[in-house]
Amino acid sequence: MAAPILTVQGVSKAFGGIQAVEDCTFDVAPRLITGLIGPNGAGKTTVFNLITGFLRADGGSIRYKGEELLGLHPHEVETRGVVRTFQHLRLWGKMTVLENVLLGCRTPLGDSVVSLFLRPGRVRDEEAAARRRALEVLEFFGLAGRVHEMAEDLAYPEQKLLSMARIFATDAEVLLLDEPTSGLDTDSLGRLVPMVRRLIEHGKTVLLIEHNMELIAQLSDEVVFLHQGRVMARGRAEEITRDPALTEIYFGV
Amino acid sequence: MTAYFAHYLVMVGIYTILATSLNLLVGYSGIFSLAHAAIYGIGAYASALAALKLGLGFWGGLLVAAVVGALAAALVAIPSLRVAGDYYIVASFGLQVVILTVFINWTSFTNGHAGLPGIPRPSLFGLVIDNPFKYVVLSLALAAVTYAICHRLTASAFGRMLRAVREDEIAAQATGKNVVAVKITITTISSALGALAGSLYAHYITYINPTSFTLDESIFITSLVILGGTERLAGPFVGALILLAVPEALKFLAIPDTVAAPMRQILYGALLILFMFVRPEGILGRARTRPAA
Repeated sequence: MAAPILTVQGVSKAFGGIQAVEDCTFDVAPRLITGLIGPNGAGKTTVFNLITGFLRADGGSIRYKGEELLGLHPHEVETRGVVRTFQHLRLWGKMTVLENVLLGCRTPLGDSVVSLFLRPGRVRDEEAAARRRALEVLEFFGLAGRVHEMAEDLAYPEQKLLSMARIFATDAEVLLLDEPTSGLDTDSLGRLVPMVRRLIEHGKTVLLIEHNMELIAQLSDEVVFLHQGRVMARGRAEEITRDPALTEIYFGV
Repeated sequence: MTAYFAHYLVMVGIYTILATSLNLLVGYSGIFSLAHAAIYGIGAYASALAALKLGLGFWGGLLVAAVVGALAAALVAIPSLRVAGDYYIVASFGLQVVILTVFINWTSFTNGHAGLPGIPRPSLFGLVIDNPFKYVVLSLALAAVTYAICHRLTASAFGRMLRAVREDEIAAQATGKNVVAVKITITTISSALGALAGSLYAHYITYINPTSFTLDESIFITSLVILGGTERLAGPFVGALILLAVPEALKFLAIPDTVAAPMRQILYGALLILFMFVRPEGILGRARTRPAA
């Protein structure tokens, strides 16, 4: 097996007296889909927040291609190559679909006030390239017909796709998807599941949070089972979902 | 064109610069500042003092004003914009109060309430701008330059980033945007431009004192932005055209000055309330909620 692209090693996080994540250790293999599952309150989203720098870990280490991510700001984690979606999407609702994806594209010259005024030609070329890239990405996610609509005007399943399109447009290799399937009907699920699979074909690595035990085997290659902030089990998706002990914890039977 | 109308246009130019630069913060970035009059004052005092004490010309004064204005804002922005949320409105209020106090009390430098008289009229390429007619050209030209700079900033990837920060800072961070740096940058630029208006004003009126740069003035500039339309670059210009015409229009009515002054305030207030109800996006603003298709 290839060396892991992302390694979480002995990471802990307490909120006051509550140990949300404790000595959490797992790794993510490149170009595979790893599912992070566990009952409510297991610490799944906290792990995402720790990896992406939105929370500071109390201890441990999180490495991306060998480089320490702990202590970096969220925008620095993204530029290293790890990007996330949010459970509540956090789209820029009053901006267009195209703009939402353009903001994912890297435009270092256009983002810099100095080059805006001193290198207008280069800025224009960069913007044109970003637009082409954004339109390709929107095409890929089936949103090409919605380019100029406000993000908030999209239907919920399309908003979910847009939140994925936005991070897919970044250069980041590791995509963290926070509950990509929640709130979707069967039809939308049918569209989304193969889409996640195709991210891998485009060279991405996916770590996703999933609640639905039935979907997890369909969605992921490997599974990390989190319970009370600890990793209870790791393995192939089929093994984990068939393990009666884990199912018991999950459903609280 | 009468001198009276020329004066009106000069002031429209000055307030367009103030409101357009403030719109970068209020409209585009969602950063509420109450210190724009203080920044205006800093620009006025900096270039007045540069002219009176250092003998600097108009362009030199303009540059000094922009640099000092930018520094003052950066000093407050760097600590307060690191924190998410609406702290900047409080910090900027503090800046407004402190700066005005400095204008009033640092008498050896600013001459306190008595103000600074005798600020020279600008002399550009050997031409002395000594009457309102010539000054209209200068004032509107600088307003146009400010507009062009703001247009370049907002109609770009940088401008897109500003709006993303305004709509959802956390999403912007997650997408690799250095939100703190963006907010500090735009506050500094907005203040540098706002200070230009101060310089223009000082050299036009040739006399400045602290009463021109009070909190009321900050609120007045904000109302120009809101009335004209946030997130529309031409909005502040329209706001300035209209709100500056209000007191002039009142002069044609036969009301004594003692009544006219408070009446003006009441009119401004009433206009703002009316707009909040009828057209919250401002005269030129894009309608925020569209009917379902």
